[in-house]
Amino acid sequence: MNPKRKQRLLIILGLVAALGVAVGLVLYALSQNINLFFTPTQIADNQAPDSRIIRLGGMVAEGSVERDPESLEVSFEVTDFQNQVRVTYTGILPDLFREGQGVVVQGRVLNRQLQATEVLAKHDENYMPPEVTEALRQSGQLDKLKGMTQ
Amino acid sequence: MILPEIGHFALVLAFAIALCQAVFPIYGYYTQQEGFMATAKPLAVMQGLALALSFGLLMYGFLSHDFSLKYVADNSNLDLPWYFRMSAVWGAHEGSLLLWALILALWGVAVSLLSRGIPEKMGSLVLSVMGMIAVGFLAFMLFTSNPFVRILPFMPGNGADLNPLLQDPGLIFHPPMLYMGYVGLSVAFSFAVASLISGEFDSSWARWSRPWTVVAWAFLTIGIALGSWWAYYELGWGGWWFWDPVENASLIPWFIATALMHSLAVTEKQGLFRRWTLLLAIAAFSMSLLGTFLVRSGVLTSVHAFANDPERGVFILGFLVVVVGGSLTLYAVRASKVSTPGEFGWISRESFLLFNNLLLTVMAVSVLLGTLYPLLVDALGGDKVSVGAPFFNAVFVPLAAILVSGMAFGPLSVWRQSDDPKLFRPLIVTLIVSILCGLLWPIIFENEFATGTAIGVSLAVWVAIATQIDVFRKVRAYGSLKTLLARVERGIIGMWMAHLGVAFMIFGVVMVENHTEHRDLRMGAGDTQVLGRYDVRMKGIEIIQGPNYMADQATFEIYEGEHLYKTVYPQKRRYNASSMVMTEAAIDSGFTRDLYIAMGEPLGGGDWAIRLSVKPFVNWIWGGAFLMGFGGFVSITDQRYRRRAKKSGASAEAGGAAA
Repeated sequence: MNPKRKQRLLIILGLVAALGVAVGLVLYALSQNINLFFTPTQIADNQAPDSRIIRLGGMVAEGSVERDPESLEVSFEVTDFQNQVRVTYTGILPDLFREGQGVVVQGRVLNRQLQATEVLAKHDENYMPPEVTEALRQSGQLDKLKGMTQ
Repeated sequence: MILPEIGHFALVLAFAIALCQAVFPIYGYYTQQEGFMATAKPLAVMQGLALALSFGLLMYGFLSHDFSLKYVADNSNLDLPWYFRMSAVWGAHEGSLLLWALILALWGVAVSLLSRGIPEKMGSLVLSVMGMIAVGFLAFMLFTSNPFVRILPFMPGNGADLNPLLQDPGLIFHPPMLYMGYVGLSVAFSFAVASLISGEFDSSWARWSRPWTVVAWAFLTIGIALGSWWAYYELGWGGWWFWDPVENASLIPWFIATALMHSLAVTEKQGLFRRWTLLLAIAAFSMSLLGTFLVRSGVLTSVHAFANDPERGVFILGFLVVVVGGSLTLYAVRASKVSTPGEFGWISRESFLLFNNLLLTVMAVSVLLGTLYPLLVDALGGDKVSVGAPFFNAVFVPLAAILVSGMAFGPLSVWRQSDDPKLFRPLIVTLIVSILCGLLWPIIFENEFATGTAIGVSLAVWVAIATQIDVFRKVRAYGSLKTLLARVERGIIGMWMAHLGVAFMIFGVVMVENHTEHRDLRMGAGDTQVLGRYDVRMKGIEIIQGPNYMADQATFEIYEGEHLYKTVYPQKRRYNASSMVMTEAAIDSGFTRDLYIAMGEPLGGGDWAIRLSVKPFVNWIWGGAFLMGFGGFVSITDQRYRRRAKKSGASAEAGGAAA
């Protein structure tokens, strides 16, 4: 083998090995860090693991927002119009968080409640996060969403 | 009243011109008819004029409150100030595509005006490929996203208003800059495809496409930085990067473009890595198309995912498949004809740049994997999942650290063989100094030790000093700094600026991520809180009237000891037309820290949820990024890009001659 070919072969082998290791590490990191999505019904059925961070999507139930008078603690219910899950959160809610609107919450499940670390609301009136649509589709209540946005 | 129809007509005309621009030159190339090839430049200019007219008329529709246009009615309002009416043109889907198409056409005009040094054949092929891209995008606009659709005869009396999130100077600058970068990569792509078609792969190809790549990269860098800055003060509650899918979609082409810029240097100077460079040029633009697809299709939950029509995503996906599939097929057929001359030593500038390319590619691939993973799992019928910041930080931070440690070696090495230990001897001292700085800085700054800060500061100092060593060496070689600046290749100066920019940015990132003081509090009038070395006192809340909103405005007095340092006024706005609520944070910006005060929500009894933060050295992040971008602009001012092709530098030809 001439030296040029040999160098090229070594470089390609090195690249393949490095890429292989990188992809392996990426997949490992993925398996450790993905957040599974659950609907309110699934959490009510106790299907969500309680040790991992999960995502919950649905509508903020009307009249369910309760605030602690002393601190920044707040709790509300997320519904797919079949089941509700109570969510507790400490901190500042996003500007577009409102009762009766779609929301995606990230956090841990504890006693069929969700302790949220992050609350994501939508960014304009016409946008519905895909997770919320999915939750309502699974509960068979998608018509309610359509009725509301029109 | 007829003006929008003219705008629509200009769009159709641009489409027709783009079709001609795509077909005629390449037909002329294959039939060897110079007359057909010569149409490329005038057609590119005409396409630019037609789109400029169309764009101008849409903007006029916004400025003149023409609510018979659906797009204007959806995104404007009688109360919207004129400067936001101008930027509202690209505030939603249809208009942002028009901006995309206009910028593509302007790049085409630039190529046709500035390519005198490039042989006619090459130039017309490049413009033909750019015409093909324009055909795809203009067809997409005309068939799915026409901004000139009318609401007649019952036009609304007032518009629905621009999304309040977008009523910000950020919208004026961020999208055009970012698109200049995204779309600018199409030029490098077109050069690559043109050279694959023509079979001419000598080093002059690299010299032609290099300035275009660098300038597109510079725009992309500045565009991303502006987006990050905007998110920081408007959207993000003080964060500067969220690993949002759409942010990632801009970062992936940035990694590839950065790799491309470095491998183009090898291809131009040494004639090596030709196939790899071609592949990167194809990948960079493909990734920017993928970014457009992700933003426009609404398939991912994202800050940028405004109300979208998934059907549109299918069109872009199809276009993406054609562009990527077509160019890769061409590559597969032709790349074997590309000869790669010469060898290089294991320790050489080529090796270090290969290392740079390897890491940047791996970074791009891993961010891509993380971004698309939820889509892949969903498409395969698996669970609904999301991938958040912890994944990206876990993968990205170590890779970035390795890449940055390597940054010191490249500029200090020489081409072909640099096993002379003298070249790297100063790095031993540099290593010691940077580790010392890393160990001492966290203690000086916070009186306690933080590992992340120590490593980050070491890396920043390492890169900064290594860059200085290169500068000093060059100064010594040229005799004085003045001679150096006058004579040295501008690309070298640009590289120094960009590498220093990286050092500043790392420093900013490390400080913000590790030492931000951040509190969410309940505060009422008269309450005082300690924030760093300041006392922050909430004086009261009043209601004020903006041009198109009402706001609760708080008055905060910031005391430094007994002395009143500054009074700031954060707001909570409610926009009249949409009744959307928006937070306007009050930021006291500084060289060594930002004070950030934002209002959350009213908690009853006159109290508000308030966010207080001190962000050390946060402006260094964007300062570093801007320095990188400016470095890019400096480097394209080099003389040799203005010279005619045959008078090219001797060193560039050395590699080509060996072929």
